[in-house]
Amino acid sequence: MNFTFSEDQLAYRDAVESMLVNEVTAERIRARWDTESGTDAALLAQIHELGLTTMLVPESLGGLGLNATDFVLLAELCGKVALPESLVDTALVSLPMLVDVLDRGLGNRTVQTVLEAVAAGEASVACAHPINPHVNFAAQADWLLVAQGDAVYLLPRSAVTLSEHKSVDPSRRLSTVEFDANPEACVASGAAGAELWRATLNRGALGSAAQLLGLAQGMIERTVTYSADREQFGRPIGVNQAVKHLLADCAVQIEYARPVIHRAAYTVSVAPTRADWAVSHAKAAAARAATLTARQSIQVHGAMGYTWECDLQIWAKHAWALAREWGDVGFHKNRVHEWLLQPKALLGPEYTFGKRSLIDSASPSTDV
Amino acid sequence: MDLTYTPQQQAFRAELRAWLAANVPDKPLPSFDTAEGFEAHRQWEKTLASGNWGMVTWPEAYGGRGCDLIDWLIFEEEYYRAGAPLRVNQNGIFLLGPTLMEYGTSEQKTRFITAMAKGEEIWAQGWSEPNAGSDMASIRCRADRDGDSFVINGQKIWSTRAVYADYVFGLFRTDPSSERHHGLSFVLVPLDAEGVTVRPIPQLNGLPGFAEIFFDDVRVSDFNLLGGEGEGWKIAMATAGFERGLMLRSPARFQQASRRLVELYRERRQDILDPSIEEAVVRCYMDAEAYALSTYQTASRLCAGGSIGPESSCNKIFWSEMDLLIHETAMNLLGARAEIEPQTSAEFADLGQWLDGFLFAQSGPIYAGTNEIQRNIIAERMLGMPRR
Repeated sequence: MNFTFSEDQLAYRDAVESMLVNEVTAERIRARWDTESGTDAALLAQIHELGLTTMLVPESLGGLGLNATDFVLLAELCGKVALPESLVDTALVSLPMLVDVLDRGLGNRTVQTVLEAVAAGEASVACAHPINPHVNFAAQADWLLVAQGDAVYLLPRSAVTLSEHKSVDPSRRLSTVEFDANPEACVASGAAGAELWRATLNRGALGSAAQLLGLAQGMIERTVTYSADREQFGRPIGVNQAVKHLLADCAVQIEYARPVIHRAAYTVSVAPTRADWAVSHAKAAAARAATLTARQSIQVHGAMGYTWECDLQIWAKHAWALAREWGDVGFHKNRVHEWLLQPKALLGPEYTFGKRSLIDSASPSTDV
Repeated sequence: MDLTYTPQQQAFRAELRAWLAANVPDKPLPSFDTAEGFEAHRQWEKTLASGNWGMVTWPEAYGGRGCDLIDWLIFEEEYYRAGAPLRVNQNGIFLLGPTLMEYGTSEQKTRFITAMAKGEEIWAQGWSEPNAGSDMASIRCRADRDGDSFVINGQKIWSTRAVYADYVFGLFRTDPSSERHHGLSFVLVPLDAEGVTVRPIPQLNGLPGFAEIFFDDVRVSDFNLLGGEGEGWKIAMATAGFERGLMLRSPARFQQASRRLVELYRERRQDILDPSIEEAVVRCYMDAEAYALSTYQTASRLCAGGSIGPESSCNKIFWSEMDLLIHETAMNLLGARAEIEPQTSAEFADLGQWLDGFLFAQSGPIYAGTNEIQRNIIAERMLGMPRR
C-alpha cells in the first residue's frame, strides 16, 4: 500500500508545470479567443515535443507507454493554467480509445495509421462520445471517433458534417457532429463497441475531474492574491473572517477531491473494467469543488469578478463547462447510487480498496 | 503508487479479524459516561491489551506492535467493522500517547505509555478554562514550582471523561509573570491527588461526559512535566495536530456509519417522500470514502518521511460536517420516530443508535478547535490570506 506518486512522476509534473506557467498566460489565452481555431499551434507543437500527447500510447506505436496515473497530475496542471487546447481529451481519451481498439484485435488499417500519424505530430483526432452533445475542437481535428448505437466509427473530418455552437467559455470550440455510417469506417460494434464507449467515458470523466481540481486550485490562488491586494476600510479585504471562511470552505472541498481523483486514475490504470464507481466519485467531487470555488471566487472579487476584464472568468467558465461534460454531477451520483443499491456491493471500512463494480462486486478480493 | 495490501498487511488484517471475532462483546457495552459503562470499557481496554492490540503503532516495549500508520488504518477498519466498543481511553492513546512518544523521556514513556497500553490508566484532557476556550492562550490555571514539584491552583472545564478518569493532561501557567502562550507547561495530573475536586457536567444526552476540575494546592512531582518548563504551548500544538491530523477520528468510524446509513436507506427508501435524502445518502458514502482515501494518502506520505502540514485543519471540518450529515440523514429516514430513545422500549429497538450519534454529532464542529477557528487556520496558514 503506497498512495504516493513516484519521484519521477513528481519531477515530470514540475517540469511540465514550469513550461505551462510560462506559455499559457491569461493574455495568450485571450489572444486565442479572437482566432477561429482557438488554438496556439506553436504551443501544441511544444506539448507534442514533450511527449504529452502520446503519453498513454504504447512505445511500439511511437508513444511513451505510460498510464492514467502518470498522466493525472498533468491533467490537473492543464486545469490549473486553464489550458484551452484539448490535450487532455486527446491524450487521455481519443488516443487510448484507438489503442483499446487495436488491443482488442479490432479495427482496420486506418486505426494504426491514424495513431502513428498522431504520434508523429502530423494529425489530430477527437472523440464524439454519445454522453457529450458537443465535441470540443472537432473542427480542428483531422479524424473523429463517432458513435452510432454501440458501434464505433473512425472518420476523416471531411466525412462528417459539423455545426458549430458558441460556448459561454470562449476557450472552447464546440460542434455537433452528423455523419453517414459508412460500414468500412466501423472499427468496433456490438458488445465490444459498448465496452469501448464505457471505458472511454471513464477516461473522459477522469480527465475532466482532474482538470476541475486544477481549475479550482488556479481560482483559489488568484483569489487569495486578490484578497491580499484589494483594500477597503484601510486594510486588505482578506483579513475579514467572512471572506476567509468562503475560501477555507473551497480549500476543504479541494483537499478531499484530490485523493479521490488520484484513486480514480489508479483504478483506470490497473483495473479499467472496474473503474465506474471510482471515476464517478471523482467527477462528482471535483465538480462540486470547482463550482463552489468559482462561485466564492467571483464573490471575493466583488464587482471586478463580474467583469469581462477580470481574468477569473477564464477559469470559472472553463469549470462551468467541464463540470457538465463527460457526465454531469447527476449522472455520476446516479452511478454511485445504483451501486449502493446493489445487494452484493461491498460496503464499509474494510473495502476502502475493495472491488467496485456492478459486474463483479460479488468477488471477495480486496484488490482495487 | 500501489493501492493493494502487502501479504503482511493482509495477514495482519486476518489475524486481527479473527481475534476481534472471538473477543468483541456480543452486546454493546453501556455508555462509558456512566460508572458501570466506564468500568466495562476499562475492562475492554485490558482485554485488548491482553492481545497486544491496545495501540498497535507503539513499540513492542510499551505494549504495542511497532506497526506503521497503514497498519493502524487497517486496525481501525477491522475494529469498526467488528462493532467493537468505543475507546474510553481515546484522549490517552490518540492524543497524549503520540505526544509522549515525541516529547517524553524514556522514564516517562515507560511509566505512562505502558499503563495506557494496558488499559490501567484512563486519561482526561484539561485544556479549556472558564475564560479560555477557543482562546486557549488565555489559560490562568497555575502550576508553581516548589523544589522538585509543582503546586497547582485553578480550574479547568469541559474536561471530557474526567468524571471517571484516572489522570488529566493539560496546560498550566508555570511562569506567573507570563502572558498568552508564553510561560505555559504541559503537566500530567492524577485526579485522585489531594486537593482535586471533580464536578460532573451533564452533556446533551444527560450523561456526565464533561467535568469541571478544581485544583486547590494540588502537589505534583516534576516527573509529570512533559517537555521543558514553558514549552507547553508548542507541545499542546503538537497534540492538536495529532487530534486534527490523523488519529482522533479515523475514517473507519464514518465508513461504518455510512454503511449502516446505506442499509437503513435500502430498508426504508420505498417510504421516503423527500428526494433530497437519496442525494444525502450518496454524498455521505462518498465523503466517508474520500476521508479514508485522504487519510491513506497522508499516512503514505508520513510513512515515506513526510510531515503533516496546515492542510490537516481541513479534515476537522470535513469529518465533523460529514458526521452531522450522516446522522441528520438517518434521522430523516427514521422520520417522526427518530425522537424516541430506542433503549426505552423494545418496540423501538429497530431505531438503532442513531439518536445517540445524532446528539454526539452536534459536538463535532465544536471540540478539538471549533470549525470557525479551523477555517481561520486554513485561510491564514494553508492559503496564506492576510492576518490583519
